[in-house]
Amino acid sequence: MTVREFAEMQNLNILVEADMTRDISGGYCGDLLSWVMSRAQSDDCWFTVMGNINAVAVSVLADCACIVLCENAPLDEDAKKKAEQQDVNILSSDKNAFVLASALGAVL
Amino acid sequence: MSLIELHYEVPGDDFTRAGEASGDVKRQLKQLGFEPATIRNVVIALYEGEINMVIHAGGGEIDVSIDPDRIRMVLRDHGPGIPDVALAMQEGFSTAPDNVRALGFGAGMGLPNIKKYTNDMQIETEIGVGTTMYLRVDV
Ligand SMILES: Nc1ncnc2c1ncn2[C@@H]1O[C@H](COP(=O)(O)OP(=O)(O)O)[C@@H](O)[C@H]1O
Ligand SMILES: [Mg+2]
Repeated sequence: MTVREFAEMQNLNILVEADMTRDISGGYCGDLLSWVMSRAQSDDCWFTVMGNINAVAVSVLADCACIVLCENAPLDEDAKKKAEQQDVNILSSDKNAFVLASALGAVL
Repeated sequence: MSLIELHYEVPGDDFTRAGEASGDVKRQLKQLGFEPATIRNVVIALYEGEINMVIHAGGGEIDVSIDPDRIRMVLRDHGPGIPDVALAMQEGFSTAPDNVRALGFGAGMGLPNIKKYTNDMQIETEIGVGTTMYLRVDV
């Protein structure tokens, strides 16, 4: 499933559109950046409430397919700029990580 | 001489720039055709080191030497030093302040992650003088 397909399926808001044709092969939920960076896999859809610039760096380093900000967690302005520069897809939703990850798990 | 030698300055207390060195090293290693697994090990270790320099040591410098069979990194700061390295190496040990935790750091996983993702890790540290970490990732 591509990032765009998942975004459409779950009605996600698109905050930063980089490469929406990127394939999602798994998912990861978490907000502790060290934890996420060492455990998330390449092409994971990362569900978090961390919308700061460091989350963008972690997503790049862990090579996630996209960041999904859950429960309308805000995206910082500098994080948005960084994501645009570094081609990181960022989406958001009012739903929580459990609901979104379950929905993704059901279609992967 | 190594194939490629890179040098970075890590500014202190500037979270917005933490990750620049690791991001750049990632791009370079990719271009050189290193395996994703090798790149991942290098950048995880380097990013944790970079963040530690920002949070705990007021910045520092990083040197990276890239060879076909190994990547070596030296991270040097002039921060407060680490009083008890064995304690600092334990998962979950952290002296990070609350404002840093609010950003998603300070889980006390940095040094353990660095150990896990490198083939060799040496720490030289002196109270009031600074800390130097020598890291090596074999290809
Ligand atoms: N470069 C450094 N200078 C001084 N102290 C450090 C440095 N790196 C790590 N430390 C100390 O070691 C502890 C553990 O580091 P780490 O495992 O990265 O966890 P965290 O950064 O989440 O606190 C830190 O909380 C800090 O007390
Ligand atoms: Mg750390």
